[in-house]
Amino acid sequence: MSKLSLITKGIIKENPTFVLVLGMCPTLGTTTSAMNGLGMGLATLFVLTMSNIVVSAVSGFIPGKVRIPSFIVIIATFVTVLQFVMQAFTPGLYATLGIFIPLIVVNCIVLGRAEAFASKNSVGDSALDGIGIGLGFTLALTVLGMVRELLGSASIFGIKLIEGDGILVFILAPGAFIALGYLLVLFNKLKAKIS
Amino acid sequence: MEYIIILISAVFVNNIVLSQFLGVCPFLGVSNKVGTAAGMAGAVTFVMALSTLTTYLLQYYVLVPLGIEFMQTIVFILVIAALVQMVEIILKKISPSLYQALGIYLPLISTNCAVLGVAILVVAKEFTFGSDPHMLNLAQSIVFTIATALGFGLALILFAGLREQMELSNIPKPFKGTPIALITAGILALAFMGFAGLV
Repeated sequence: MSKLSLITKGIIKENPTFVLVLGMCPTLGTTTSAMNGLGMGLATLFVLTMSNIVVSAVSGFIPGKVRIPSFIVIIATFVTVLQFVMQAFTPGLYATLGIFIPLIVVNCIVLGRAEAFASKNSVGDSALDGIGIGLGFTLALTVLGMVRELLGSASIFGIKLIEGDGILVFILAPGAFIALGYLLVLFNKLKAKIS
Repeated sequence: MEYIIILISAVFVNNIVLSQFLGVCPFLGVSNKVGTAAGMAGAVTFVMALSTLTTYLLQYYVLVPLGIEFMQTIVFILVIAALVQMVEIILKKISPSLYQALGIYLPLISTNCAVLGVAILVVAKEFTFGSDPHMLNLAQSIVFTIATALGFGLALILFAGLREQMELSNIPKPFKGTPIALITAGILALAFMGFAGLV
């Protein structure tokens, strides 16, 4: 597999949100605006890439039986690092994303890539895979955030596009489920048209 | 009285799946049949209560006195993973029938973000139940956790019932599977919004 395809496959063909439907909790919980979605996506991208690198570097030394707990410790370590960094540099975003930052530990995408890809491939490839999947996740979260922000508060990235308030329910919980549902419908429709 | 408010608030008003978005994966994954959903809900209630009890004690008697609150994420996830493993082993020995009923759901639970989510919420968030904002004490935490798990079970079982009906209906092709499940969940969440302002 070429180096470039390692990155691009995560964005469209194996998009963690639209194709694999993994990591639904942060996807639904943090996308109240495009900015929050982007922030959450980048936070996950960081943890995913770093944990992929370390897992691939050490997986040769870890006995099979304690593999999963070891991966979880590695991931939790990077989540803690991320918490410190965000508290220091982006305290506002850290407060908004709240509980979903520590919950990156249990995001099935991160553990899934560690187990399915990083433990079997070279450090370089694992890093690229982490970046690719992370970008795919970021893209999906940003798109969902944009849709919800546009419908819910009539703006995108905080820039007011239409006068008025928007449909509040799209910022709230039900809007998250419905918006993602219809985005998936659109994605399926486009995929059927292409193939 | 306060316990009743906690209960109603956690089950209906702030339902963990439908308004907090925790535990959405099992919600979408294992909710095809009412029986499976009930089994999962039982296992989650059991593990959640145990893990919150443990993490609560760890937080206030180990992490805070030692000044290492930043280790929270690592410690909590390890405790939960170990606990799930332990519960599995003990159940297998003590109550094979219960193990038969819950067994297959147990390994799934360590990756259920609702369990870690509640453990963190209980020690991190100030709640306003009846009085001014305050941190929950141990008894309140346990009630809150069990109520949250009941809310999870309620959402899971309701949704499983809806999905059993959906199997029989004619769904347009692009909507099949996850999309229609998400839209249905959205409508269910809308219904739960009706409980807002109840407490």
